[in-house]
Amino acid sequence: MDLRYTEEEEAFRTELRSWLAEVLPSVPPEPARDDWEGRRRWDTDWQHRLFDAGYAGINWPAEVGGRGASPTEQLIFLEETEKAHAPYVGVNFVGLLHAGPTLIAEASEEQKARHLPAILKGDQVWCQGFSEPGAGSDLASLRTRAVRDGDDYVISGQKIWTSFAQVADYCELLVRTSPDAPKHRGITWLILPMDSPGIEIRPLRTIAGSTEFSEVFLDEVRVPVANRVGPEDDGWRVAMVTFSFERGTAFVSEMLQTMELLRDLGRLVPETDASSRRELGRLRADLDALWALTKRNVSQAARTGVPGVGGSVFKLHYSETRNRLGDLAMRVLDRASLSLEDEHVGGRVHAISLGIAAGTSQIQRNIVAERILGLPKERSWTSS
Amino acid sequence: MDLELTSDERDLQEGVRKLCEGRFPMEVVRGLEASGGVDRGRWRELAEAGVFTLRLPESAGGVGLGLREGVLVFEELGRALVPGPLVASSLAAGVVDGEVVGSVERDGLVVESLGSLDALVVRDGSGLWAVDPSEVEGEAVARPLDPLTPLTRVESLPQGSQVGGADEAARWRVEGAALTAALQLGSAEATLDAAVAYAKERTQFDRPIGTFQAVKHILADMLVRVEVARAAVWAAGATLDQPDVGDPARAASAAKVLADEAALANGKAAIQVHGGMGFTWEVDAHLHLKRAWVLATQFGSAEHHCEALAAAL
Repeated sequence: MDLRYTEEEEAFRTELRSWLAEVLPSVPPEPARDDWEGRRRWDTDWQHRLFDAGYAGINWPAEVGGRGASPTEQLIFLEETEKAHAPYVGVNFVGLLHAGPTLIAEASEEQKARHLPAILKGDQVWCQGFSEPGAGSDLASLRTRAVRDGDDYVISGQKIWTSFAQVADYCELLVRTSPDAPKHRGITWLILPMDSPGIEIRPLRTIAGSTEFSEVFLDEVRVPVANRVGPEDDGWRVAMVTFSFERGTAFVSEMLQTMELLRDLGRLVPETDASSRRELGRLRADLDALWALTKRNVSQAARTGVPGVGGSVFKLHYSETRNRLGDLAMRVLDRASLSLEDEHVGGRVHAISLGIAAGTSQIQRNIVAERILGLPKERSWTSS
Repeated sequence: MDLELTSDERDLQEGVRKLCEGRFPMEVVRGLEASGGVDRGRWRELAEAGVFTLRLPESAGGVGLGLREGVLVFEELGRALVPGPLVASSLAAGVVDGEVVGSVERDGLVVESLGSLDALVVRDGSGLWAVDPSEVEGEAVARPLDPLTPLTRVESLPQGSQVGGADEAARWRVEGAALTAALQLGSAEATLDAAVAYAKERTQFDRPIGTFQAVKHILADMLVRVEVARAAVWAAGATLDQPDVGDPARAASAAKVLADEAALANGKAAIQVHGGMGFTWEVDAHLHLKRAWVLATQFGSAEHHCEALAAAL
């Protein structure tokens, strides 16, 4: 148990800080919320600068062009970039945190060469085609069909909650290749070029008013068999590699923003409002503990090489804490700020998504109960 | 930065767990009610194992370790529901003489385990005061909530002789909060483990009740509370040893708030998972819950610590 960083880790922090101080003043202002072409350019320009400075793919292995940083250095990177208000990973999220790590683990050498350097430089933007209207929590019941025709798969179906589809070059796509096999055994992971004929993208408007999600309709889209990652019908296992990355340090930047929101809210709560002040203190305890829990998860990842199921524990408590903070903010602001433009109000609405996206809180509880506590599985439900 | 245990820390924690399993199994702990929660012989064994002198330097007859190790040891004492003034006796090592030492705020209303005490340290705004327990006048509280923590209601406490200044009293409050939080963490783990074991073995509707999501989710929430409290308690131990990494008072307050919550909520949840049997005296969960209620009032309530955390925001 040691909260002190090593000299090397502190040196990494110092070097990163001075680089950020040097480059951030020349970053142009952030584009408008729904200006997706502008956002793509802004996010990928930043990614290119990270690449040139040697900070791209901070947790990717050095042999594929990443920084090969330790989990602790990755944490420092996320902490320092957030504190300096550097651009967030943005449209590069899927490439850097989902698709990229999956390709590193499962793709052929040729596939890696075609995609990994481009993702690192910000030249390739990816989106995720996993969820479907009929396959949310029960993702393995997905029905988008891929039928083999010569050297191609011919794909028809519908995907939903596809972030950044409107600006993506590629999609990590889960399709059903064997409809008669048990549901986890008939799925295949494909690289879908988003300029393929037969793709239609319809943006979805979220309750926060944002448009990063889309529905993606696939009508007899042809994808070369060479774009398959891993064996046919083995896509579920391939996809699970992605999930273990997602539940590592995915919330660090957001959590640090939440701590700033809490400090800001603290200035708005009157000294005389004892119950709100107590709730403020309680939320500070929760956020401090979540930061310590992040350090524990990182410590475990540093020792074992893989993020553990601690991510589910973190996500459950972070989601609850963020929602409680939002409730307090709405109570404190009262009629003073009933606008989505207010970061507290926008944040309150955003908090609702935390208990739904990337595994609902109910699914997370099943995962915790079955994988950590070893409770018996219920009927056909499976968290594996 | 490493918030996992070193092999030495793991060995220490396992050693204390084995000691508790051997000398403080639940039937023994329940039997301590007759002696007011403290059995001198077994208390001495804890002392010989270094539980109270863990943080005294070796030159003063202690073990020379820190609060990082302290919270691990107290987590195990809490898991085993070892009764008696454990935290105060640890804080008092090297400060006042006596094996069994209690401590209370001057306006604390009740004194715990008075009949077993060799010394009582009273905390107030100006410092720490050693009081002879035989000079404390009060009335025994009938049917104390925790049957293993006898209470004496006191109108006022003798002034006593000063054994520490205001800074020392403040340090006791911070360290006492962290160690009490560690006891609560251990209790929250014990009730989680008992509830999980019962959910796997108890059958209704032809299957273990742990198969049902309604029960699973109660247990998952118990684990979340344990892991959140553990992160806070361990971080507090590390921060108190290494104040350059953070604010010790802030870390101890967060630990106390979250560990109180974990022990109380898990105690209640464990009773719920045990159903009707959970409401009987023979299932242990109520003893953990009642101890947690008592500990929640010691070294600052959650409300007190929440206000302190908000004030320093």
